[in-house]
Amino acid sequence: MTLPKSLQNREFRSTRWGVLSERLIVISLALCATATVLITIGIIYMLITQSAGFFRSDAVTMSGFLTDTEWTALQSKDLAQAKFGIMPLLSGTFRVTLIAMIISLPLGLITAIYLSEFASAKIRSWLKPTLEIIAGVPTVVLGYFAILVISPSLQLFSDGAFSTFNATSAGIAVGILCLPMVCSLSEDAMRAVPRSLREGAYGLGCTPFETSVKVVVPAALSGIISAFLLAFSRAIGETMVVALAAGTLPTMTLDPTQQAQTMTGFIVEMIKSESEYGTVQYYSLYAVAVTLFTITFLMTLVGQIIRRRFKESYQ
Amino acid sequence: MSSVTPAIDSEQNSDALPDQTLIHIEKLNAWYGDFQAIHDLSLDIPKHKVTAFIGPSGCGKSTLLKWINRMNDVVPGARAKGRLAITGDASNDHVEIDVLDPGLDVVGLRRKVGIVFQKPNPFPKSIYDNVAFGPRLHMKTSKSELDELVEWSLQKAAVWDEVKDRLHGPALGLSGGQQQRLCIARAIAVGPEVLLMDEPCSALDPSSTLAIEDLIFELRTQYTIVIVTHNMQQASRCSDKTAFFFEGRLIEAGPTEQVFTRPQQKQTDDYVRGKFG
Repeated sequence: MTLPKSLQNREFRSTRWGVLSERLIVISLALCATATVLITIGIIYMLITQSAGFFRSDAVTMSGFLTDTEWTALQSKDLAQAKFGIMPLLSGTFRVTLIAMIISLPLGLITAIYLSEFASAKIRSWLKPTLEIIAGVPTVVLGYFAILVISPSLQLFSDGAFSTFNATSAGIAVGILCLPMVCSLSEDAMRAVPRSLREGAYGLGCTPFETSVKVVVPAALSGIISAFLLAFSRAIGETMVVALAAGTLPTMTLDPTQQAQTMTGFIVEMIKSESEYGTVQYYSLYAVAVTLFTITFLMTLVGQIIRRRFKESYQ
Repeated sequence: MSSVTPAIDSEQNSDALPDQTLIHIEKLNAWYGDFQAIHDLSLDIPKHKVTAFIGPSGCGKSTLLKWINRMNDVVPGARAKGRLAITGDASNDHVEIDVLDPGLDVVGLRRKVGIVFQKPNPFPKSIYDNVAFGPRLHMKTSKSELDELVEWSLQKAAVWDEVKDRLHGPALGLSGGQQQRLCIARAIAVGPEVLLMDEPCSALDPSSTLAIEDLIFELRTQYTIVIVTHNMQQASRCSDKTAFFFEGRLIEAGPTEQVFTRPQQKQTDDYVRGKFG
């Protein structure tokens, strides 16, 4: 048997260009990857240099910033009377975030269990797009939803105990915002649990619900916890809803019926306000931004550690 | 059958006993959607023996196995007609179970009829928690009772010596063979009468396979075992009765030795000699 003509001639293309272009491709890929690192470094550099303008001022001390319970950067034009204690902003952020988590974590997880373990293909084909619609609603719309629907409803049911702008209505709206994220990430984690584990549970006499709760959810725990932490970071960093619905007064309280200016809410207000560029009050927004960045950075770190720990014992 | 005197200790002398039917299958037909996987199948599975189902892929042997404890319930479109009963036993007062009854308590059935799968599927929990999973689900036990039950099950499954020092370590850290024995321990921890095994060794290396086969031979003194296997040597080594399936029909069933040495049907003969399959 003779070889086909093309193989007899053996006129193969030179590989030199191939090697060179391969190298160029790898270099350009690496450059793109470097961009994300450079952007992160740029952001950190900006935050540190700008907040230095705040921390260097004689009117500010680090301990005062961390422990004082009043924040009047917006209200006091006179630097001598301005109070820079971040606790009220932290308290506002955590009130809103806590309420958002109370709404989104259980609801998201339960919906995910239903979608992954119980819903028929038909119900899934309706429910999933509905969730995606929520995920696609602009946050400014949700903010107005909080002001125009959630807040009046709360006032109606509580006989006016809630103020017009309050932590609860903003928290509920942020919770709605986080819901699709918690749900779809948890569902992905549960669907990744091998069928054989479910069969094992059925074989031991588990009902479908026992199978989901005792086998599938524990097996998907690392993914579910990552979903929770991502939602948490998302809620802390959420800006538009809280700027619209949570109020503009930094308050140091646990009362969810009151106004609650959050860290992000303050940053927005400050940028919009008439405070002049270069004043200590203006630079304080960077100090708040650094705090926010540190918190979300720590959350990401904790998330990684948790994921690694669960992966170790479960694989 | 009722002539068996209770004085005979069945745990010690199961070979000496005449066959006593535990699972009675009559004119069973089963479908997946429109595809008929089992045709008019009748078969008796003897108590405290190992029954092997052999046959080429797609012959219906796994389908039949999974109907015995209704695992097919979770398969969309799976249905069955005919009679499949776990028959009454004269020596104790247990009632006959009509397995295909749609109103049957499936949880109770699966507690009586445990299953071990092709691929070891321990839960991503500790070794102890895997074995304790079923008991915690079905019974109220004290901590010490549970400890005792876990140890007993692991010993029965011949894996206790290898895991006793790391009971609270992850089950997924065990080797494939150990994981499969752990799954057997997990299945017997709920006190079943029947153990279904769906190609339990096909994902294991030869030495682990041998360990599991020895275990199966051991366990038949107390359990009725049904094993699906592709491995002819395995069927001849560790089973008492063999049923040969082809294209959804039972071709031949009988004592293992007879099926392998003097098969009555030509198809069986061809298959056990390795001419096809």
